[in-house]
Amino acid sequence: MFVADTMGGVLKFAAYIAVCTTLVYSRAYLTDRGLWKGEFFALLLFALMGILVMISANHFLTLYLGLELLSLSLYALVALDRDSARATEAAMKYFVLGALASGLLLYGMSMIYGATGTLDISQVAKAIATANPNKIVLTFGLVFLVSGMAFKLGVVPFHMWIPDVYHGAPTAMTLIIGSAPKLAAFAMAMRLLVMGLLDLAVDWQQMLVILAVLSMAVGNLAAIAQTNIKRMLAYSTISHMGFMLLGLLAGVVNGNWLNAADAYSAAMFYVVVYVLTTLGSFGMVLLLSRAGFEAENLEDFKGLNTRSPWFAFIMLLLMFSLAGVPPTVGFYAKLSVLQPLLAANMTWLAVVAVLFSLIGAFYYLRIVKLMYFDEPVDTTPIAPSLDMSVLISINGLAVLALGIMPQSLMALCYFSIKAL
Amino acid sequence: MTSAPWLSLTIWIPILFGLAVLVFSDRHAAQVRQISLIGALAGLAVSLPLYTGFNTQTSAMQFVELTPWIPRFNIRYNLGVDGISVLFILLNSFITVLVVLAGWESIKRRVAQYMAAFLIMSGLLNGVFAALDAMLFYVFFEATLIPMYLVIGVWGGPNRVYAAVKFFLYTLLGSLLMLVAFLYLYDKSGGSFSILDWHKLPLAMIPQLLLFVAFFLAFAVKVPMWPVHTWLPDAHVEAPTGGSAVLAAILLKLGAYGFIRFSLPVLPDASHALAGFMITLSLIAVVYIGLVAIAQTDMKKLIAYSSIAHMGFVTLGFFIFNAYGVEGALVQMVSHGFVSAAMFLCVGVMYDRMHSRNIADYGGVVNTMPKFASLMMLFALANSGLPATSGFVGEFMVIMGALKHNFWIGFLAATTLIFGAAYTLWMYKRVIFGAVANERVAKLQDIGAREFLVLALLALAVLGMGLYPQPFTEVMHASVDALLQHLAQSKL
Repeated sequence: MFVADTMGGVLKFAAYIAVCTTLVYSRAYLTDRGLWKGEFFALLLFALMGILVMISANHFLTLYLGLELLSLSLYALVALDRDSARATEAAMKYFVLGALASGLLLYGMSMIYGATGTLDISQVAKAIATANPNKIVLTFGLVFLVSGMAFKLGVVPFHMWIPDVYHGAPTAMTLIIGSAPKLAAFAMAMRLLVMGLLDLAVDWQQMLVILAVLSMAVGNLAAIAQTNIKRMLAYSTISHMGFMLLGLLAGVVNGNWLNAADAYSAAMFYVVVYVLTTLGSFGMVLLLSRAGFEAENLEDFKGLNTRSPWFAFIMLLLMFSLAGVPPTVGFYAKLSVLQPLLAANMTWLAVVAVLFSLIGAFYYLRIVKLMYFDEPVDTTPIAPSLDMSVLISINGLAVLALGIMPQSLMALCYFSIKAL
Repeated sequence: MTSAPWLSLTIWIPILFGLAVLVFSDRHAAQVRQISLIGALAGLAVSLPLYTGFNTQTSAMQFVELTPWIPRFNIRYNLGVDGISVLFILLNSFITVLVVLAGWESIKRRVAQYMAAFLIMSGLLNGVFAALDAMLFYVFFEATLIPMYLVIGVWGGPNRVYAAVKFFLYTLLGSLLMLVAFLYLYDKSGGSFSILDWHKLPLAMIPQLLLFVAFFLAFAVKVPMWPVHTWLPDAHVEAPTGGSAVLAAILLKLGAYGFIRFSLPVLPDASHALAGFMITLSLIAVVYIGLVAIAQTDMKKLIAYSSIAHMGFVTLGFFIFNAYGVEGALVQMVSHGFVSAAMFLCVGVMYDRMHSRNIADYGGVVNTMPKFASLMMLFALANSGLPATSGFVGEFMVIMGALKHNFWIGFLAATTLIFGAAYTLWMYKRVIFGAVANERVAKLQDIGAREFLVLALLALAVLGMGLYPQPFTEVMHASVDALLQHLAQSKL
């Protein structure tokens, strides 16, 4: 039902840190908007619990339970600002599409149950390897499973909810949705695809190739057209999740497992780095917001270097990390995903991936351009609370420090995957 | 003497000084300038032992430093220089001092960030030339984009945003493909990013050709070679004076250095197979871009095009595969570092006073700025490749090498002596000589002590290298010979 392993431990630890950081970043924002109250904490902690359950689930039902706990808490969190029409609309969209995804996932699980006669993930793996179950039912189940998962990860063509929800939700909630749940989604993919259905790798790898390429294309191209930073970061999420899938799909080549630990640990490293960087980026949006003002347009970043050189520098690091430019850690995330791709002889996919990251670099550069090359429109002094300034500085500098010394985190991911 | 980690010092001293000045605001501009100058001088000082302690008899890497960095991917902090790279570290450290001095008064806004960008860039560039681990090379290579992007975008001219973004994306396109190529080589070499290991790695023809294309895109954009040169005139025109000087003097060398460090030794067979292609592109740069330069009305654009033409000489020298060609190309790289920096600084001197780069706005500057006019005369002559200046040595050697290789290639290359003289001296004539063109020229002040010092140092370098190139060429002999021998052996 439930496994305690190193991968789970590391991911849970990261999820705890992400949620703690979220609390610090969103305090001022939510207080200004009258949302810093009981329900928020209860829902956030339930969401965290859902994440933890998902990370350690080794049984279809446990996994589903964790997922629903997480999703339902998030739906409510998005709608917490109940007088905001935009947030309510976002919550509704999120709920409808999320419920559909859960349905797909559940349907997939039921088919796999039908084929293998068990809901326990390790038993499923054993049954597929030894009992020779009905391949057609199994493949159908797999398709539904992957679709449901793709919904939760937000990869194309199951990405529709991401921009609307990221945009519509209060920024603090966007921060929550964009950070720790990605760790859970990665864990879900690992548990289902790698630990449960590795023998079907040939089938799901092809699906992931399509999902990954489409996500990188749509995510990066659509992000260019955005004028709202939350929407832009939403499309950037889509492209990053697509990139992460590249790590998952390069693990097994022609039945050869040599590459597996490299590839899966690369995907894990990518997700952890992504969460770290996203926390900082949305944190910066929160930092610039104040009572009655949402700093959610790209314009609001104009001249940040004049207003506050330090925070502009932190945002610069975060943006270059998302773009994957060394010496920030985002580069090593890309590097470690590309390496197994090359080793798996999928050079064309690596070339596609780097070409789309080139397109992606454009819109991150635009933020840097706005901050450094333009003059400020809004000259209100930026006065974040001390805890927030300290934490966001640590967050930004961590992106740089891990970029100069990435070994520790890489090794941690590698060993936790190796231990599976 | 040789026990200290000189290479690490040349990288990290400027970077640390750069980070240190960042804490100051514009109110402390004077202190910022002083600290930056100390940082640049310290960077130059620690690079001098690299020359004095250099053993010219060996082609092996010297001043080697080796520590594991990212064991997960077997990436190592591996530094070292040979006769090919050592001169560029010296050149870079030298140019950094001049750039700090040149921006002394003309930069008034965000002085600390300006100085920091140049000092950090200087350290990173030293890192590129010293790196013996491909991933370390890549990290330094890419990281230089960030300060340069900011320098062009923050302190640049009216069209700076376009130029900065174009510069960044053009370079990133090439380098991302290079990253894929690196990972391919990592896989083929059984998990090593060591450049020297790759030199020995046998590779079949098809992979060699594909890798060559990837490297070509990365380095040709940087050089820049025709037809991927279009970012350079934009970047140069919009960049502030110091930015243009570093861009021309050092950043362009990264591309050429990449060819000689990666393309040639790692892919000798593909290099031989595609030499004709490379020579053709180089000759187009020399002849066609030379003609384009003549037509320019903007001084910075003219020098930018002249840079492309001169760098065409460098790639030409590399791909004719003889000692004259390769050594000539390296000499040309160093010389172009001095001359192009000097030319851009000269334009900067005039721009600071007139706020115009338009040739038509000038005329008769010699009447009001005689000291400046005579120094610029020397650089103009060096740019056109006159004997006794540094510009002559490299061009002459490359032309010699080209003639040995093929008469017509040599002949076409030699036309640069005509075109180079035409565009440089014609510009010089229009700007400096003649009657005083307008009132603003009549009011010009001649250069002050600081400007004189900067240009005089460069003048000494240009003349010294032109009259007595031996100290520069003797450093590279052993390494170039080893490279040519290595190139003669097939890896198939």
